[in-house]
Amino acid sequence: MSAAPVTEVILERGRVDRNYWLDLWRYRELFQVLAWRDVAIRYKQTAIGVAWAVIRPALTVLIFTIVFGRIAHLPSNGVPYPLLVFAGMLPWTFFATALSDASNSLVSNANLVGKVYFPRLIVPAATVVAAFVDFFISLVVMAAVMAWYRFAPDWRVLLLPLFVLIAMLASLGPGLWITAVNVRYRDFRYVIPFLVQFGLYVSPVGFSASVIPASWRLVYAINPMVGVIDGFRWCLLRTPIDWREVGVSLLVVAVSLWIGVRQFRRLEKTFADVL
Amino acid sequence: MPFEAPVSDVAISVEALGKSYLIGHLAGHASESFREMLVRSARGLGRSALDVLRGRQLVDGDTVEEFWALRDVSFEVRRGEVMGVIGRNGAGKSTLLKILSRITEPSEGRAVIRGRVASLLEVGTGFHPELSGRENIYLNGAILGMTRAEIAARFDEIVAFAEVERFLDTPVKRYSSGMYMRLAFAVAAHLEPEILIVDEVLAVGDLAFQRKCLGKMQDVAQQGRTVIFVSHNLPSVMDLSDRAILLDRGRVALAGASHEVASHFLGSLRTELSAGDISAYRRPYRDAGWVDIQAVCVGGDPLGGAVIQPGETVSIDVELAVHRAVEDGIIVVNILDERLDIVATFMSSDGGYRFSVSPGAHQVHCELGPMPLAPGTYLVSVGAAQAGLRLAWDAVNALPGFRMAGEESLAWLRWPERPGVIFQEGSKWR
Repeated sequence: MSAAPVTEVILERGRVDRNYWLDLWRYRELFQVLAWRDVAIRYKQTAIGVAWAVIRPALTVLIFTIVFGRIAHLPSNGVPYPLLVFAGMLPWTFFATALSDASNSLVSNANLVGKVYFPRLIVPAATVVAAFVDFFISLVVMAAVMAWYRFAPDWRVLLLPLFVLIAMLASLGPGLWITAVNVRYRDFRYVIPFLVQFGLYVSPVGFSASVIPASWRLVYAINPMVGVIDGFRWCLLRTPIDWREVGVSLLVVAVSLWIGVRQFRRLEKTFADVL
Repeated sequence: MPFEAPVSDVAISVEALGKSYLIGHLAGHASESFREMLVRSARGLGRSALDVLRGRQLVDGDTVEEFWALRDVSFEVRRGEVMGVIGRNGAGKSTLLKILSRITEPSEGRAVIRGRVASLLEVGTGFHPELSGRENIYLNGAILGMTRAEIAARFDEIVAFAEVERFLDTPVKRYSSGMYMRLAFAVAAHLEPEILIVDEVLAVGDLAFQRKCLGKMQDVAQQGRTVIFVSHNLPSVMDLSDRAILLDRGRVALAGASHEVASHFLGSLRTELSAGDISAYRRPYRDAGWVDIQAVCVGGDPLGGAVIQPGETVSIDVELAVHRAVEDGIIVVNILDERLDIVATFMSSDGGYRFSVSPGAHQVHCELGPMPLAPGTYLVSVGAAQAGLRLAWDAVNALPGFRMAGEESLAWLRWPERPGVIFQEGSKWR
């Protein structure tokens, strides 16, 4: 017999699990496996497979460049317009994919939730990681496009992972909350596509945030993707950045993540009863 | 003072456990006007909106009732013990397992579990059809709580047990259902938890594979693991477990040695029959609503008290309520021994009998030829179906049947000392 200490679990109504975060760590392998599964099945039975991760944002970049750059003649801070759009498109697509996948994750994994115990947080978190794979592929394409324009980034590019992390957390916060509520009220399934489409135009994806009047910039940054997109452009394209805006966005991300985790944990114990 | 095991010897202890659900009822409104319906729907919408705002569960229906799926359940399972849980459908068996597996939390009471738990409430949980057999082994193993190192160490064993070597890199959606089940069970069978919680997973696959699974379960039990095991299949409960509890409408009706609990369970089913109600035996069937079996009478005694002499035929009368005109109907009769193993199957089509009848009451009488059965008690299952089993209409399972008369010494020495069911006099020994 192994000398490992016997784990004791007490099951009671409303009992707050003191081991929750420890459990989450213990189940890290399941987290890896689920993330790997989401990546592995992402493009199964599609003819061109992972190319979809490139085609979708590329076409949007093309259209936005024509509409905002050529027709509306919006300013681009001296950067080629397609690069400006692409640098905004990268974090936005990542955010949108992660948010909508995470929001549906519990319902689409209902069979798991009803049959096996594990910290449920793993499921939406794993989908966010899977969305990261798409993002990484787009990032490689972005690098190619920048090379085409002979546009080299400087040291600032080293700070890019920081903004990727913010985008990830920005999607996880509302994603957790929505997926938990979605278990009970499937109405939210219809809210997400609308939210994502709406957000694409509200966030500075097709244009530079500098077109917003200066007095409104801090209010505008309440949309956390404003800080992330500005950060991406600053890292990749050396456009100016207002760190106060990034601060506001970070604060919003932190608050929404806190609310998301709290709501998720509050509803977590009833998932199996409702799914 | 009753003897109590030291705490360290108790793997699972359950105290006054209960679980309630909200269920909704539709009030009868067959004759309401369109206007009334609009008012009712609007009211329902208003209530749903309020529930959403309060974060409460949505329940369909006009009135909401609290339903206790499990109430006041207490028991202990010692380390290394195998405990069976039996009871009819809806008695709360699955709810109990879900609570112990931490899938859902109890509404009241508490359970303490000491040791690493693995629960198998389903075979192949999380299998993904697009992934290959190899990938699914890792996926399913991780879901059941194995580490990657553990899976890798047992990978070859799992593959050999499942007999799928050639198809390891084929997506499991191309597997036959048998292969799929074998692979799924193989992963589960190689779990090595301290406490195993199992729900009716043996009810799958072909007979040979079921036997193999049963064998594997026996190995697990003998390795000193603690096992909680739910089943409809009384023989496997008796074979595998030392102790059993019987659940009835969410409460523990009886706890004790597994064969005693199992025979009490059979007895309680019989008592209900004496009240003229066979609904407890009815299984939900896929083509319900055509023909219902109303009553079954064996050897002239509907309570199963008929005594059949060796060499005698057994008469069975079946009363049917036919709701829709049916063609090519047949009656299937299974004879079961006390352990609920089927020992003989008779189909009315074997004797060339089929019925095509219009709605109404209908009776079928049959004489089963003499059966060389050992003395003892036998049960009967009766089904009504369309020839070729294209439609399965109704079935009642394990009704009390008859007693086979015979030499007392033989009857006394029945299972487990004398497990054989077929018995023929006239063997010669020298």
